Amino acid sequence: MNDGATAVPALDVAGVSKAYDTASGRRIALSETSVRIEAGEFVSVVGPSGCGKSTLLMMMAGLLAPSEGEIRLDGRPIDGPPPGLAVVFQDYSRSLFPWMSVRRNLALAAASDKLPKEEVARRVQHCLTAVGLPDAADLRPYQMSGGMQQRVAIARALMVQPQVMLMDEPFAAVDAQTRADLEDLVVRLGQEFGATIVFVTHDIDEAVYVADRVLVLAAGPGRLAADIPVDLGSRRDQVETKLDPEFARLRSEVFQLVMRPRAIVDVPVSASA
Amino acid sequence: MSSPAAVADPAAPTGGPAAGGPGPARPPRWRRALTTLADGWLLLALLVVWEVWARADPSLFFPPLTKVLGEFGSVYLTSDPSTLFLSAGFWDNAGVSLARFLQGWLGAIVVGVAAGLALGRSRVLSRMYDPIVRFFMSMPKVALLPVAVQIFGVTDAMNVFLIFLGTVWIILVNTADGIAGVDESWVRSGRSLRLSRFALFTRVLLPAAAPRILAGIRVSVGTALILMIVSELYATTSGLGYQIVYAERTFAYLEMWAGLVLVALIGIALNGAMSAVERRLLRWERRTGLADL
Repeated sequence: MNDGATAVPALDVAGVSKAYDTASGRRIALSETSVRIEAGEFVSVVGPSGCGKSTLLMMMAGLLAPSEGEIRLDGRPIDGPPPGLAVVFQDYSRSLFPWMSVRRNLALAAASDKLPKEEVARRVQHCLTAVGLPDAADLRPYQMSGGMQQRVAIARALMVQPQVMLMDEPFAAVDAQTRADLEDLVVRLGQEFGATIVFVTHDIDEAVYVADRVLVLAAGPGRLAADIPVDLGSRRDQVETKLDPEFARLRSEVFQLVMRPRAIVDVPVSASA
Repeated sequence: MSSPAAVADPAAPTGGPAAGGPGPARPPRWRRALTTLADGWLLLALLVVWEVWARADPSLFFPPLTKVLGEFGSVYLTSDPSTLFLSAGFWDNAGVSLARFLQGWLGAIVVGVAAGLALGRSRVLSRMYDPIVRFFMSMPKVALLPVAVQIFGVTDAMNVFLIFLGTVWIILVNTADGIAGVDESWVRSGRSLRLSRFALFTRVLLPAAAPRILAGIRVSVGTALILMIVSELYATTSGLGYQIVYAERTFAYLEMWAGLVLVALIGIALNGAMSAVERRLLRWERRTGLADL
């Protein structure tokens, strides 16, 4: 879907490593990872626990600094949370602020833009409507179900009109039915708002279902193991897409990569499909 | 944490929220009256014993309760709504005391919370100031009274200073602990919104730490009241503490008792106001279940 191999990528991860100093020595969370994500792409990131997928996302968000290498957003190096980038965290109860109404939670996201009041109010309503919660502005987060809270978190991300939206296992804490609804919502919003989305998940079906491209990370130390294009068309349907033989093939391919990373260590994998 | 309240189908989000919560139905009025009576019978019995005893065995030192209350009414109350039904006697004595209390206590809140914010966010600062904080925390604050008199003499500033110095530490320590204990996820969430440093403090850290900060402030109310009275007993020529001591020394025991009743009522009122503020500000904490952690 992108012709921009020569254009500046939306996100350019260049030789990034992240190591932590722990009591038992230096632990490498992610080693020497490079990947280019083009504007408008929907990329999901899967891998076993400890593969550094959340670490990678937090570095993209400017919330963690890489130990080595650099991440560029539209060509500019990231050295802190950049404008035009929004994050949806896994734990909605600790990312939305329960001491504020939904309206004020959303307005806070636009606070750094110094917009006029009417514009903020208009945007709040627009974003809430986009996630299917047009009447939720005056509720407090704790008055809503988990799925609704995560919708609010997505609406909050939309408030900054992001070019890039990073999602860290956003649906891990909701039930299966809600999860399917939210997956469809994110796919739709990605297309409607034209945002580049990086979607970390540990659910292989979900990774294939939502994305144009799946990055598989391997653990010990975390590194990029495979980069798989997903050719399922832009329209996704919980029943039809999942019956598609191509879906099944991709799913089992990713599954094998995630479950048996050792088998592919020696196979060189090109980073661009 | 499990999701706190799965109240509504996310597909039909326009439905009303479970704002009030179901909760048990209120019991009938007579039942509630009975409960109140059951809760208050001991206090009531003690007051009756006081009254009966004082009348059966008259003593200059222990006047009957009704007389104390009568004195209280005539000294501190009026029928004038423009002064909140409080007499000149109230404003001349309690007014002075409360002004000292508020200056010292509010000053301690401002300084304690501000310093606590800084110490809570900086390990270096908190290490550096730890010995000083510990020293003042452990010291009985009334012991500083002679020092305060040395510095300020018999002035309002002395009382204010003592109240401030006696309460600022507990507020500071609770604020610092509260800030240091704020869930890092909230801070990260705030940072991802590109909040300014100031906004991160006022919109995220301060509200998240509010339960702990308010706990410190609530404790400090009691300490501030004690210091207000004690410092007035010792060296002043005005205020409630002064009046109580003066009444005692001039054998005006009825007036002394009335002063004690007023001090108690002020304490109850301040604590009640504090609880109301906490209930209002910390609604989210009880509702999210975070208060149980």
